[in-house]
Amino acid sequence: MELTGIASYLVSFLTFAGVYAVLALGLNMQWGFTGQFNIGIAGFFAVGAYTSAILTTPSSPAYLGGFGMPFLIGLLGAVIASTVLGLVVGLITARLRTDYLAIASIGIAEMVRLFVKNEDWLTNGVRGIAGIDRPLAGIALDSSFAYLVIVALFVAGVYFLVERAYASPWGRVLRAIRENEPATAAAGKSIAGFRLQAFVLGSAIMGLGGGLYAHFFGFLSPEAFMPLYGTFLVWVMLIAGGSGNNRGAILGAIVVWGVWSGTDLLTGLLPSEHATQAAALRVLLIGVLLQVILVLRPEGILPEKPPKLIAKKR
Amino acid sequence: MTDILQLLVYGLVLGSVLTMGAIGVSMIFGILRFAHFAHGDFMTLGAYLGLSFISAFGLSSWWALPAAMVGMAAVAVFIDQVLYRRIRRTQPVILLIASFGMALILRSLVQLIWGSDNQTYASGIQFPWRLDWLGGLRLKPDHLWIMLISLGLVASVHLFLTRTRLGKAMRAMSDNMDLALVSGIPAERVIMVTWVIGGALAAAAGVFLGIDTRLHPMMGWTTLLPVFAAAILGGIGRPYGAIAGGMIIGVSMEMSTLLIPAAYKPAVAFAIMVGMLILRPQGIFKGTV
Repeated sequence: MELTGIASYLVSFLTFAGVYAVLALGLNMQWGFTGQFNIGIAGFFAVGAYTSAILTTPSSPAYLGGFGMPFLIGLLGAVIASTVLGLVVGLITARLRTDYLAIASIGIAEMVRLFVKNEDWLTNGVRGIAGIDRPLAGIALDSSFAYLVIVALFVAGVYFLVERAYASPWGRVLRAIRENEPATAAAGKSIAGFRLQAFVLGSAIMGLGGGLYAHFFGFLSPEAFMPLYGTFLVWVMLIAGGSGNNRGAILGAIVVWGVWSGTDLLTGLLPSEHATQAAALRVLLIGVLLQVILVLRPEGILPEKPPKLIAKKR
Repeated sequence: MTDILQLLVYGLVLGSVLTMGAIGVSMIFGILRFAHFAHGDFMTLGAYLGLSFISAFGLSSWWALPAAMVGMAAVAVFIDQVLYRRIRRTQPVILLIASFGMALILRSLVQLIWGSDNQTYASGIQFPWRLDWLGGLRLKPDHLWIMLISLGLVASVHLFLTRTRLGKAMRAMSDNMDLALVSGIPAERVIMVTWVIGGALAAAAGVFLGIDTRLHPMMGWTTLLPVFAAAILGGIGRPYGAIAGGMIIGVSMEMSTLLIPAAYKPAVAFAIMVGMLILRPQGIFKGTV
């Protein structure tokens, strides 16, 4: 591979990792901070991606669209749509054990995928939406590198916000709920209320990730939102990086995306008639990686470090 | 009218499959306190184990059932010993993540060994009986067998839970873990038997699905949501509730095709489940919330 080839591969690699880092930060707010088990990430991711795509693409007879809104409005729409979805799921499950949230969230992700696949008028069904522009399209500045910078800015912004949230009294209540629910309730905190807030915020962040993905990849189809890519990889990233640690979530996104891409290079060496087996082998390896981490180092690469206690004033 | 009766038959067949899955999910939840997300892929793997067995010995399709049940019971115990047992001491929710990963591992194993194409136990079409005294209702022999065998399996689980020492120990652990443990119930043995039963029933569900339609690596995963819906409807942790839940979900899913596109069948199961979570999260028969 030539130098430019390597550079462009690296740019695309880092952009993908950045999108996944946003998803992992969203999951960290739900699982890492609060202990809420969402395995419907793919659903929020898809809702964000499709909302942004529909808002920004030029009109097409095949699906709803033609709003031609700018990039930032598309992202805002993505965030709002996934917030609404998060609110609905959260309201149903906030009072129940987290196992119910897990089951309900996987249900919502499947429903979103079924809907996207079958409602052609809205999403063009399995044929998907193509031609989603990058934000700077038409300007001389437009390049895949410029988009990487934009994604990196968003990752930094989300990181800053969730890090502030983590250290705030609000974040402390979330951790308290995670560690000891009855004691937190006894301290007069509304468990369901805080859970709902964390869940909705996390969903909103995932929607943002979906929007960023849509403008990077330029093409959306229901296949991209199978539980494997949308949900499972994000979970492995957060667990590997260190759940509860925002830096860990970002690091995990880069490392696991690296492993995942690396297995692609490896299985690419196999003859092409084994392509489906190769894909299965990659999933198998990532699945085994998760189990090994869970058994050997459940706290991840960067374990959670609670913020320092504020010194008492004399 | 015949249409509705016909859909009722399909619904009861699907309900039998879901019941087999939901009993296992419910028992595992009762004993180990986590939602077992690999259960759908237990069904898939069981179905394929049965396929290998009958093609290796050139047997007819129903022989897949006992082979799959024995094989999957062994695999379930193996997975528990190798993986789940090591993380059982931590929070149950870690088991949930592990089982989610296990679901993907099993599915990719199935793809690696048997490929991703559709497969069937027996080629050719089975001719249904035409029941003229029921308005020309058509009933496939396989459908009748699926319902009868699942009835038999449910009855055996019932006898096991009520008549044997180990079955009673299992119910005791499910009802009150601490009390059961201090009264000297052999927890590890009970857990092992839970996996044997859960694995065997999941395999039965998989073989039923395979006989009714076809085998595919995604067959179990797509059935997982209705299985959970059935378990929640019946009250999670309650094996008997799972039967009622399975039948209600199965019949509703098939009946819904009268009104909405068939692609949205899983959405019906999901809607019932969500309604249940809002109105009565403990299930029809009070389960563990």
